[in-house]
Amino acid sequence: MTATTSPLAAPDRTEPTSFAFDAISLDAIAKILAKYPADKKASGTLPLLDLAQRQMGRVTGSAWVPVVAMDEIARVLDIAPVRVYEVATFYLMYNTKPIGRHHLQVCGTTPCWLRGSDSVRDAIKACTGIKHYGETSEDGLFTMSEVECLGGCVNAPILQVDDDYYEDMNAESTTALVEALKRGEKPARGSSIGRQNSAPEGGPLTLNTIVGE
Amino acid sequence: MAKVTIDGIEVEVPNGSNVLQACEAAGIEVPRFCYHERLSVAGNCRMCLVEIEKAPPKPFASCAYPVNDGMVVHTDTPMVRAARRGVMEFLLINHPLDCPICDQGGECDLQDQSVGFGGDSSRYLENKHAVANPNFGPLVKATMTRCIHCTRCIRFSSEIAGVPEMGATARGENMLVGTYVEKALSSELSGNLIDICPVGALTSKPYAFAARPWELKKTDSVDVLDAVGSNIRIDSRGAEVLRILPRLNEDVNEEWLADKSRFALDGLKRRRLDSAWVKKDGKLTKASWPDAFAAIADKLAGVAGDRIGAIAGDLADAESMVALKDLLASLGSTNLDARQDGAALDVSRRDFYSFNTSIAGLEEADAILLIGTNPRHEAPLINARIRKRVLAGGLKIASIGPAADLTYKVQTIGTSPADIAGLLDGSNAFAQVLAAAKKPVIIVGQGALARADGAAVLAAAWKLAAQVGALTPEWHGFNVLHTAAARVGALDVGFASGKTLAQMLGGGVDVLWLLGADEFDTAAIGPNTFVIYQGHHGDAGAARADVILPGVAYTEKEGTYVNTEGRVQRGALAVFGPGEAREDWKIIRAFSAMIDKPLPYDTLEQVRARLVAVNPVFDRVDHLPRFGCSDLTGPAGDAQALSSVPFTAKIANYYMTDPISRASATMAACTDAHQSPSLAAE
Repeated sequence: MTATTSPLAAPDRTEPTSFAFDAISLDAIAKILAKYPADKKASGTLPLLDLAQRQMGRVTGSAWVPVVAMDEIARVLDIAPVRVYEVATFYLMYNTKPIGRHHLQVCGTTPCWLRGSDSVRDAIKACTGIKHYGETSEDGLFTMSEVECLGGCVNAPILQVDDDYYEDMNAESTTALVEALKRGEKPARGSSIGRQNSAPEGGPLTLNTIVGE
Repeated sequence: MAKVTIDGIEVEVPNGSNVLQACEAAGIEVPRFCYHERLSVAGNCRMCLVEIEKAPPKPFASCAYPVNDGMVVHTDTPMVRAARRGVMEFLLINHPLDCPICDQGGECDLQDQSVGFGGDSSRYLENKHAVANPNFGPLVKATMTRCIHCTRCIRFSSEIAGVPEMGATARGENMLVGTYVEKALSSELSGNLIDICPVGALTSKPYAFAARPWELKKTDSVDVLDAVGSNIRIDSRGAEVLRILPRLNEDVNEEWLADKSRFALDGLKRRRLDSAWVKKDGKLTKASWPDAFAAIADKLAGVAGDRIGAIAGDLADAESMVALKDLLASLGSTNLDARQDGAALDVSRRDFYSFNTSIAGLEEADAILLIGTNPRHEAPLINARIRKRVLAGGLKIASIGPAADLTYKVQTIGTSPADIAGLLDGSNAFAQVLAAAKKPVIIVGQGALARADGAAVLAAAWKLAAQVGALTPEWHGFNVLHTAAARVGALDVGFASGKTLAQMLGGGVDVLWLLGADEFDTAAIGPNTFVIYQGHHGDAGAARADVILPGVAYTEKEGTYVNTEGRVQRGALAVFGPGEAREDWKIIRAFSAMIDKPLPYDTLEQVRARLVAVNPVFDRVDHLPRFGCSDLTGPAGDAQALSSVPFTAKIANYYMTDPISRASATMAACTDAHQSPSLAAE
């Protein structure tokens, strides 16, 4: 890994003038392209966009896909650049604008909302200074987005930070999580109330006793 | 074939047709926006809904539903009407009500179909979304708020033009049609986006706010800015040509038109010669027709016939060339040449200098060899036809010449004439591909012929064609691709005899008559040669002239042109020429009377009869029979004398190749956008 910035420094959020895949990415590209027939290389568009975004996150601290990276993907896959632009702008998980070091993705769909996603959002606003969804904090550390159902409704509300799910969040746990991230720590993912996977809150309630005993 | 009943009308359509095509075969109009005969089916506008019996009880998008034998379709039931009205209402949700300031007004599919199939009023009170307008360069004006997301432009640029720059970015309500990264569209066929756009999202930038379609006089004609002979419609108002649109001709341009042919028309209003000029004391001064004629007559008196010559330009019509040929014959001269670039064309047989496979015939080819040609610049529509064949699959295509992006993949197997030898002796692997092909095609460009060993290249290309079986009684696979609209016609009327252009330059003749000839180095004309320039633009030829006779451009005369295939077509007069300018054959006829050697024709019909007498092909207007080749004797030239000097591109700047496009501000803007090194470096 060739990180050029310290973990706490504000990420570089300017449009780069060039982009080249680094050794880690090139290694991954070879494995990805091996999955497809040579004349169907275009199938690699989605994984390569993800690779480029991760490389940007690794190198500059802002995980996004600049146009030069999309052009490079088009070159590698031998397709027209506009085909890559179309895909990258279609999927919301690709960031076509620079984002903060950590991407705070608040699930706002009904189950999470009913279970208090608004308080998660408000906690993030309070401790990052972000005012609206889509904004990046002034220190460049956080970007908050509203996302649709993350599929973790059992443990709602969910806050996805980069690749990790933080579950059963509330205002306090969210604040603690954000503060930890500010310190450069990476708290353990998963339920913040000690729930085991998606088991019932407070531990198992059935099969503890044998009926009739 | 499948039998389909549409609204009670029974039609038979080929298997694999869609319901919309079946409806058209039955003569029933089905509204559509995204469907286009020449593009892939998208099925996203939902306007072409119909009802199909014994299918699930819902409306079907007819463009994307294949026919079955015995299918019964209804296009005018209450369900269909309600469904189309609903779709139209959705389309209009975000479409602005700006028809009064929209250039598409009056020829807008959305307008027409809204009247035909939409509701009578809007129920929509909310705000419409607005979209910033991108800059697509000097030709296409984009007003993307009007876009209904039919994706025709996206499919056209990736399928027909082969320059995939348009795309749909983001999604849903935020979907935008455009290039994402703002850029000028770099296709030579970008003007067709304007035609295929069913709404006013893509309109013509030079024609913006110029006229309404119902104000325009429409004249069917042919284009002369390349040698394809595209069929065009000239729209004019008063004395001004306002726009040029393609006209359907499946054998030539289908329904497309190249950008230069479409947009160079503002060059028809600039740098025009509108009166006669005579050089007095080294300075050109305005003169009357009789004075100009007298100046020429004075000069001609006492000049031997052999010391008189004429050169025909790239835009000349056959009528004026035959008149000039007859005039020079009456003066005792046969010094005629139309090959301004010095191309080593053998005029002894017609198939030595024409595109014998025919443009439509390219679709049958299974192997193509390009020699010294870049069809994308020399004939964009022929290039589009080759691309169409490439997309159909199974075509092997290779090129000998400078590497270029032709919008499809080409195997470059050489750069110089010497590489043809490798094909002749079989040492190049592509020789076997050509030999194995059932219908091989060899296309020789002007860049391969306008050079010292041009005759050798022509002879070698023919020899190769004969050797690989491209010349059979059923198939003629030898083609010369011309760049000048007048060239084949000139050779057909015999405008290549006596002294060649090179022999006439440098004092080879005392009097030189230039019929719109601007494409050679006029500085090489001998200093004592008396130059008569007859033409419509003050370009290179006029600058050197001693007498200027103002002729008219192709939109201003009835002219006969022969395209690179040898197809005889007629252009028509749309507007009258400026000032004193006159039709070219009439100028020559008038001058012949002035020197008491009157040419034997007074009317256009008589000139055309004379053309037929000179060469019977001129009797075959608009019709080109397919022919094979039974005489394998090749053109003159030593097929061995091939040099290893690389071929060079014939056209350096597609947008400026003739006096009209050089005078055009639109073409200058295109040149700036696409050719200037500063932009290229960015």
